[in-house]
Amino acid sequence: MHITSPSFKANARAALADAPLQRALGNLRAGFPGKRAAAVARLPEFEALRDAARDLKNHILEHLDFYLETFEANVKQHGGQVHWARDAEEARQIILGLCQQAGAKTVTKGKSMITEEIGLNDYLAQHGIEPIETDLGEYILQLRGEHPSHIIAPAIHVNLDQVSDAFHAHHGRYGKTERQTEPRQLMNEAREILRDKFLAADVGITGANFCIAETGTTVIVTNEGNGDLTQTLPRVHIAVTSIEKVVPTLEDATLLHRLLSRSATGQEIEVYGTWSSGPRRPGDPDGPSEYHVVLLDNGRSNMLGSEFQDMLRCIRCSACMNHCPVYGAIGGHAYGWVYPGPMGSVLTPQFIGIENAANLPNASTFCGRCESVCPVRIPLPKLMRHWRAREYEKHLTPQGFRFGLGVWAWCVRRPALYRRLTRIGACVLKVLGGKTGRIRSLPLAGGWTAWRDLPAPQGRTFFEQWAERRPGGGR
Amino acid sequence: MTSASGPVASGKPRVGLFVTCLADLFRPSVAFATVKLLEDVGCTVEAPAVQTCCGQPAFNSGDRADARALAEAVIAAFEGYEFVVGPSGSCIGMLRHYPELFEPGSPWHGRAERLAARSHEIVSFLVDVLGVHGVNAHYAGTVTYHDSCSGLRELGVKAQPRALLATVAGLSLTEMTDSEVCCGFGGTFCIKYPEISNRMVSDKIANIAASGADTLLAGDLGCLLNIGGKLKREGSPVRVWHVAEVLAGMTDGAPIGDAR
Repeated sequence: MHITSPSFKANARAALADAPLQRALGNLRAGFPGKRAAAVARLPEFEALRDAARDLKNHILEHLDFYLETFEANVKQHGGQVHWARDAEEARQIILGLCQQAGAKTVTKGKSMITEEIGLNDYLAQHGIEPIETDLGEYILQLRGEHPSHIIAPAIHVNLDQVSDAFHAHHGRYGKTERQTEPRQLMNEAREILRDKFLAADVGITGANFCIAETGTTVIVTNEGNGDLTQTLPRVHIAVTSIEKVVPTLEDATLLHRLLSRSATGQEIEVYGTWSSGPRRPGDPDGPSEYHVVLLDNGRSNMLGSEFQDMLRCIRCSACMNHCPVYGAIGGHAYGWVYPGPMGSVLTPQFIGIENAANLPNASTFCGRCESVCPVRIPLPKLMRHWRAREYEKHLTPQGFRFGLGVWAWCVRRPALYRRLTRIGACVLKVLGGKTGRIRSLPLAGGWTAWRDLPAPQGRTFFEQWAERRPGGGR
Repeated sequence: MTSASGPVASGKPRVGLFVTCLADLFRPSVAFATVKLLEDVGCTVEAPAVQTCCGQPAFNSGDRADARALAEAVIAAFEGYEFVVGPSGSCIGMLRHYPELFEPGSPWHGRAERLAARSHEIVSFLVDVLGVHGVNAHYAGTVTYHDSCSGLRELGVKAQPRALLATVAGLSLTEMTDSEVCCGFGGTFCIKYPEISNRMVSDKIANIAASGADTLLAGDLGCLLNIGGKLKREGSPVRVWHVAEVLAGMTDGAPIGDAR
């Protein structure tokens, strides 16, 4: 995937000027937070579950090797295979190899952000294998030649008329020449076309929300049922997931499961939860004859033991971005890589380097709304601040800003000098405010005054007045 | 002012005023209102003259060395005060972050923890620590209250200002939509990402207008300069005050962004 994170500021400006995108984001801001809040209100033990989930995830991360090896052993016991992928390139090669072994011409895909992370679709297509997205949102994006802008609602930036356009442009070859405009009709058209794709696919690729160590099971949660058809109909099922998704037991998976849907969409439980434990056994009515799990590291093990370890608790629910006012203003594509919003602002610098992604952890007001809704209590603002510290230490902070910060810091560390400077500053700004009490334009403060006035100071600083009113009233 | 009788309320707490750099420079009346609110309930208030800034701009920009130096200066300046109180959830929130800047177990870490434990935002200090139930103030207007992020999420300031505002004569409170959503100030954020900040503050003033209120209140001057500056740029007649000014009955002067 082409990385555009370095041009975040330009991306954001373009997003703010994109009227259809702004309309779509308005729907997101009006939808997700209210639904989550209602679901949380219906579950009195929700806060206690968050604590339990945080503790569970911390325990897993302290014993990750043990649970991963247990998971591998149990997958093998049920006749499946586990493949360890150190990085994206290894993962792509493993998956391509499995597809080639199966003689695959087409593969159907359930929704998976990990396959976005490793750039799987382009890679398969380059090697003559056609990947077909079967999640409706992902399918729309594939037709439009786009990547997801949200981790659970990938086409949240697309409006109905744009879906109608995409279907009309691409479905003619299936004999669907009449333009559809109603959601139900559009869905039926996609369903009809995808039905044949499901039946023809040689390999089905899904992600996994959880990998259960004690049973060797992978779990996916969906609302469309496309994941089930993807993993049960083809001869080969490949679940592509990452190492931090492992949980010890079935009960642990259900704990996270209860938090996941409520945090994500405000549902008590999603429509389909599909649990896969190995290939088809003798006597099973259906299921794949091969079952593979690809476990991706891709830098995650480097986060263990670092100040970013807490991020590995993430269960990819999207609550942080759904509640983020910055995400809500610019949408996911502006972030410039796979993972948007607050979780992406912590993860992206890890994957593509802070030198390419420094804007992401900076583009936050630290309002803390993300942390306040995170089901596993990840301190997202704190982790973004850690990235800012790394940026500062590596001298990647923009020079003008660093210089300004340095001058300011030098002054505030000298109280007597600072008192004199603020007395002059308050006086000058008061004069600039004139009779209106506000300043419309100010050199070096164009970022502020381009869009808002600067309320002028009252005139004399607090300490100037305090020294007169309370001689000896301070120290 | 009415207050519950209790061990603290019956004594004479010695409070160090954390003025905040924005109140010192832009709006001293907010700090004087804080002094009045504290003295009205029997506190002795001093304002150590060596204080400048809490260090949040350095801390949030990744400059930990300067943040640490400023933290040490604040810790030293306020040692000896029973409480440290300021008219800002953001700055007081920063004081509560100080322990993160020092090695656990080190002397400075201990001093930072002790400072954090006795530092309070003014309105929550009155209600939660001193048990104040009401104020003697008058304000003619319909106000809406913006929940500044740090105060709300780091310090739990939500019900306290509303409880005290309910006792201000002549004042009625009407809630706006999304009062808990950030206004887009974010310290250096509004300078580094002005277009995004503008989008956020535009949404905020639309919600203020839709509430029908004639006055906007909040507990942090950063937010108030941002929202007030945007309201005035758009020609809004909405008056903007810091909540402490209204609670102290000190609204004779000019509101934020206006001249009278």
